[in-house]
Amino acid sequence: MQTPFFRVVYGIVAKDLQAEFRSRELLSLMLIFALLSLLIFSFALELDRLAREEAISGVLWVTVAFASIIGLNRSLTLEREQGNLDAMLIAPINRAAIFVGKLIGNYLFALLVGVLLIPIAALLYNLPLINVWLFIVLVFGTLGLSGIGTLLATMTAQTRTRESLLPVVMLPLALPVVLTAVRATTGILSGQPAENWLGWLHLLAVINVVYFAACFIMFEFVVEE
Amino acid sequence: MFAPLRAAAPVLTPAAAPIIAAEGLTKTFDVLPVLRGLTLHIAHGEFLALLGANGSGKSTLLRMLAGLSQPNSGVIRVGGWQLPREAAQVRAQIGLVSHKLLLYESLTARENLRFFGRLYNLSAARLNAQIDTLLKRVGLARRADDVVRTFSRGMAQRLSIARALLHDPSILLLDEPYTGLDQEAAAMLDALLGEAHAEGRTILMITHEIERAARLPSRVAILARGVLAFDCAAAEIPDAAWLAARYTEVTSLIAAR
Amino acid sequence: MRANLSLSDVSLEQPALVRAIPRALLALTALTLIGVGFGLYMALGFAKADATQGEVQRIFYIHMPAFIGAFVAFAATTLGGFMYLRTRQVKWDTLALAGVEVGLVLAAINLVTGMIWAKPTWNAWWTWDPRLTLEAIMMLTYAAYLVLRASITNAETRRRFAAVYGMLAIILVIMVVMISRIRPDTIHPTVFGPSSQQARGTFELDASAGMSAALGVNMLVWAVLVPITLMWFRICLNNLTERLSLLKARLADR
Repeated sequence: MQTPFFRVVYGIVAKDLQAEFRSRELLSLMLIFALLSLLIFSFALELDRLAREEAISGVLWVTVAFASIIGLNRSLTLEREQGNLDAMLIAPINRAAIFVGKLIGNYLFALLVGVLLIPIAALLYNLPLINVWLFIVLVFGTLGLSGIGTLLATMTAQTRTRESLLPVVMLPLALPVVLTAVRATTGILSGQPAENWLGWLHLLAVINVVYFAACFIMFEFVVEE
Repeated sequence: MFAPLRAAAPVLTPAAAPIIAAEGLTKTFDVLPVLRGLTLHIAHGEFLALLGANGSGKSTLLRMLAGLSQPNSGVIRVGGWQLPREAAQVRAQIGLVSHKLLLYESLTARENLRFFGRLYNLSAARLNAQIDTLLKRVGLARRADDVVRTFSRGMAQRLSIARALLHDPSILLLDEPYTGLDQEAAAMLDALLGEAHAEGRTILMITHEIERAARLPSRVAILARGVLAFDCAAAEIPDAAWLAARYTEVTSLIAAR
Repeated sequence: MRANLSLSDVSLEQPALVRAIPRALLALTALTLIGVGFGLYMALGFAKADATQGEVQRIFYIHMPAFIGAFVAFAATTLGGFMYLRTRQVKWDTLALAGVEVGLVLAAINLVTGMIWAKPTWNAWWTWDPRLTLEAIMMLTYAAYLVLRASITNAETRRRFAAVYGMLAIILVIMVVMISRIRPDTIHPTVFGPSSQQARGTFELDASAGMSAALGVNMLVWAVLVPITLMWFRICLNNLTERLSLLKARLADR
């Protein structure tokens, strides 16, 4: 009787991509913010070349985290604004499919912003950032951020303070993801041997799995009434 | 003093099992009781208008029937299925139209319908056919590929009805669907709802407009302080003024106690 | 004429006499107060001064047990959230809320005593030590929990969201505990197990100098008695407030 899980997931992802392809609101907001952040960090901290090299992984990940918060807020507010979440909830579907669908959409946007950001950062900071391993860290890091973010944004979209609440509740819980991603990125960029930073990548992967499982199970509780 | 309140007995033949049966529903928000043992039966093909003041529990009841909210106690059966255990079966036969659009403004009419149709597991061929038929029926065939943001409130509400009818539900739940509509748009909505009723769908409409409740539906009920305080077949209602008088009576009676 | 609608028809338990503070709690409070006094005596008098750090090390007897107490309180929040989602009984949500507030107080005690201790040993009130920083972030996470609660009007939604967030927030507490094992560059000493190379202000717990006994007593007081007593009071307070709003609602209904 229930609509198959992946048909729902596909429907939601297709819908989100379609809407974004038409309006390009979300991606342009995220990208402009990310670029601003890169420039302003370097500018405000008055970084010299050495300091830039040390700071870049932190700057990169804080930027990605905030950019994904912007995207998450927008994406979940859209579901709330016209009551669309209710319209989805009265359909004969598994609620976890809504989570996975929204997660994939948010993840694709965050990953795309990260992928566009890296060459720009390489250019601006004059660092060799284009690296397969760095891309892998980005794949994992943005996944972790999107997972916990999708759950929390669904929650905050239903509160009175809405958009302003998400960074406050999300940043501390995103910390394990950001910290491990920063460590791995620093290790890769400083050219250390793989055994020095591969552990961080493993830890990041484990955190992702734990977060995904926890959010997948708990999503039902943030959409019921 | 005033006319005796009619018993809450539903207007239906004893043989027909009600398509919606809600019994002894209670719901308390924090410490505030909203529903206090409400019982409501709706027969197949009925068009019931539910009136009531703000906070009388109308919307809460509607959300419960749609499986969006659970009562503290009481039983709900829709089409023979029990909530919340058989929610998927219940949801498959319910269509919802609300004062909120329940549409994505940055998608076109067709894209909106396709998205919601997928949630109801309609096959691609059936979905495309259904979209064309419904868009024609609500008079939006020519605007099918326009973004909903460019629609007037009335057009968007018509599209919302098309969305609710996509999976051919036997029950329509309407939560103040006339909110924000001008006269012309409201007349078109009247016609669409009349059509849906004529097709044999059961309709439950929450509304504030006594005049409309006296005209369109086949049965009118008034919810006051969490119970059904008035229930009457439309045939027995002489005119809107009479209904308005009953409405004032019931609500003031309960307020004064 | 009396319509059959009123709040009094909805069955409400109404005990003939509600005791605001149960006797057992009063007894526990007395025990806790005595315990705090005795613990202070053990820490300040009974235990011998540390060989390397001298008198200042005595603050440790409060510093660490207070953190364990915060851990216990935050664990109660996680348990309360889990049980609330399972049973939907309001009492579990009350426990979760009590856990957050008491945990914050104990974490603040831990942080302040730590800062006082840091001034002579690390030569600064605040250092960007990973554990110290994480603890501050942990406290802010639970502050965010309270903000989240405050921004939801519907009580059921509030309890549900708080349960989810309270369960997730325990991750930060676990990180504070684990960080000195994960980040080797912490200067925070590890009492049980090897401290990092950079750790400053390490010391040995000397059982013969009464140090283990002092820690044991204070652990019992700050990690068990204090959090339980405070949470119990908080729950009593919550029950009273709820009763008050119920009575108000009934009055308004008349």
